[in-house]
Amino acid sequence: MTDRNDSAAPGPDVRRELYRTMVLIRSFEEAILADYHADKKPAWDIGAGLIPGEMHLSAGQEPVAAGVCAHLRADDAVTATHRPHHFALAHGVDIDRMAAEIYGRETGLGRGRGGHMHLFDPATHFSCSGIIAEGYPPALGQAFAFKHRGGDGVAVAVTGEGAANQGAFHESLNLAALWQLPVVFVVEDNDWGISVPRSASTAVPDNSVRAAAYGMPGIRVEENAVEGVYSAAGEAVERARFGGGPTLIEVHTLRLWGHFEGDAQGYRPELADVPGRDPIPAYEASLRADGVLDEDEISRIRTEAAARVERAVQFAKDSPHPDPAQAREYVFAGAS
Amino acid sequence: MTATLNPPSTAGATATSRRLTTAKAIVEAIGQEMETAPSVILLGEDVGAYGGIFSSTTGLLEKFGPTRVLDTPISETAFIGLATGAAVEGLRPIVELMFVDFMGVCLDQIYNHLAKIHFESGGNVSVPVVLTTAVGGGYSDGAQHSQCLWGTFAHLPGLKVVVPSNPYDAKGLMTAAIRDDNPVVYMFHKGVMGLPWMAKNRRSTGEVPAESYQVEIGRASVARRGTDVTVVTVSLSVHHALDVAEQLESDGISAEVIDLRSLVPLDRAAIRESVARTGRLVVVDEDYLSFGMSAEVIASVVEHDPRMLTRAPIRVAVPDVPIPYARELEYAVLPTRARIEAAIRGVMQG
Ligand SMILES: Cc1ncc(C[n+]2csc(CCOP(=O)(O)OP(=O)(O)O)c2C)c(N)n1
Repeated sequence: MTDRNDSAAPGPDVRRELYRTMVLIRSFEEAILADYHADKKPAWDIGAGLIPGEMHLSAGQEPVAAGVCAHLRADDAVTATHRPHHFALAHGVDIDRMAAEIYGRETGLGRGRGGHMHLFDPATHFSCSGIIAEGYPPALGQAFAFKHRGGDGVAVAVTGEGAANQGAFHESLNLAALWQLPVVFVVEDNDWGISVPRSASTAVPDNSVRAAAYGMPGIRVEENAVEGVYSAAGEAVERARFGGGPTLIEVHTLRLWGHFEGDAQGYRPELADVPGRDPIPAYEASLRADGVLDEDEISRIRTEAAARVERAVQFAKDSPHPDPAQAREYVFAGAS
Repeated sequence: MTATLNPPSTAGATATSRRLTTAKAIVEAIGQEMETAPSVILLGEDVGAYGGIFSSTTGLLEKFGPTRVLDTPISETAFIGLATGAAVEGLRPIVELMFVDFMGVCLDQIYNHLAKIHFESGGNVSVPVVLTTAVGGGYSDGAQHSQCLWGTFAHLPGLKVVVPSNPYDAKGLMTAAIRDDNPVVYMFHKGVMGLPWMAKNRRSTGEVPAESYQVEIGRASVARRGTDVTVVTVSLSVHHALDVAEQLESDGISAEVIDLRSLVPLDRAAIRESVARTGRLVVVDEDYLSFGMSAEVIASVVEHDPRMLTRAPIRVAVPDVPIPYARELEYAVLPTRARIEAAIRGVMQG
């Protein structure tokens, strides 16, 4: 059960945990990045190699997932986007089966049917979608079901700032506020919707102000720092859990890499200073300065994360490929 | 209407022709129309500086500026509806829906508005919009980014549906689509665009005349002459069917390949004319099997004269399952060369 203290500044244990989560996510994304590009041969071919298809990695956006999901239980729901790995890991989706899905294996979360944009984990009520903003409406339904059954579960719905211009976004905010559903709406503002900057897509400078139109609190976390997200999310999750209805939180975060892998980002003028804005070294420095972590602990956390990711990737690579003879299964329940 | 003999490799080779990818041919057609007709505008997601996710608009922003080439928010209902309204007021918008799979978020504007206004107004209002969209799979993009769905658009009255397979047709059909007074859904398969970052068939590059020209919408082409069996198909499957037909020649099977080029209007006469000669029909469709193009093609023959078929026709399509992510599953449901070959051999024995 979440108590009031969660919303306050996090203590040392929580801070270590936030760091650990961010490092695990980054290790995972780096491993996927390496394998994704390892064998796109002979010419770079999106459909070739160990991991084929589009790949949207979340490096730079770890503070959002870590800060929000620190307040969630496994029986709370998360609906994520086409860029889902950070939220999946932060919410506790099984890393082995998630990796196996990305590698298209039978042991994957969706037996290789879904792929990286379609991760479904009933154990943690996690899902994601490749269609912009379309993860918002199902989160309403999960929140509705929790409330309907008298539970105190919360649903977190995630989109990018580009998605905040989609009809589903606005319809969902209205309905959630009208029915006072236990939802936390999270907008990851990474400045870009593929090649289109926020200023060219959005009529307001800040999406949190849109909450006012639907009668719910709106918060903008301006810094891409996990503790600010943690505090804002703590309040929002608590509000939802104790019957106070939905909240909209926008975090001004950072897309450290391309929109998808293979994106040369020629449209991005600030490209040169992007690596310097990496939130993980910055958080590490502050934890070190505050005496929360020393060099040994930092390197242990990093080593453990890398080892965990390596095991997950190995599990994926050792897993069987799906049997083509079963390509038509799972279209209908009870029919396979 | 009768089909034109139009082998993509040599089609329209004129003094001015060069070899272009399908993507470049599309851009050239749009650019030429924008030069001659100030009413033509282009809008969609990432069509400006990025040049279109599938290179369908490269360089047009630089040439025509941001008042005629507009990056939109991710608001398909709003900007496709905007195209409809602008067309009603006399502009000729080309509007891009990045992947056809995203039609779900904006379908009302397409099928209840764009498609029906001409009819509902008793012919008094025209809506000359070209809705371009990328279709198709084969590169593990999963169930929400790999569909063809042309059968869905073809099913809804009021939309012309154009599906080019090669650079020559792509340019001529785009020119025709822009000049058409009807809404035209122009569906390009990612696999025919000749993109540098995707495996491609050699047919995705071909001769394209530099000058402007039209390919009539509603006219199929005989991509390859044959005498034993008619293979009717569209888009990337034309490439596969031609590959298979070439290979089967040495086994003494002469396959004719019909590239429909558009589903609406459907060149039923061209289908019948070919089947009347061969008596055997294989339909290859990368869209879902049931209630779609493959059944419509067969109905075109059977409703006319069932005795034209000396064998039961065979369909090669996606067997009513969402497109799977894992490569081996995806290729088990796509109309691959192996499945096309098996169908042709099957109809020859049958
Ligand atoms: C309805 C719909 N339209 C367009 C797309 C194509 N698309 C995929 S990601 C993306 C940009 C999304 O931007 P944003 O919401 O800011 O998220 P980010 O990618 O920056 O994380 C677009 C346009 C889509 N998947 N769905």
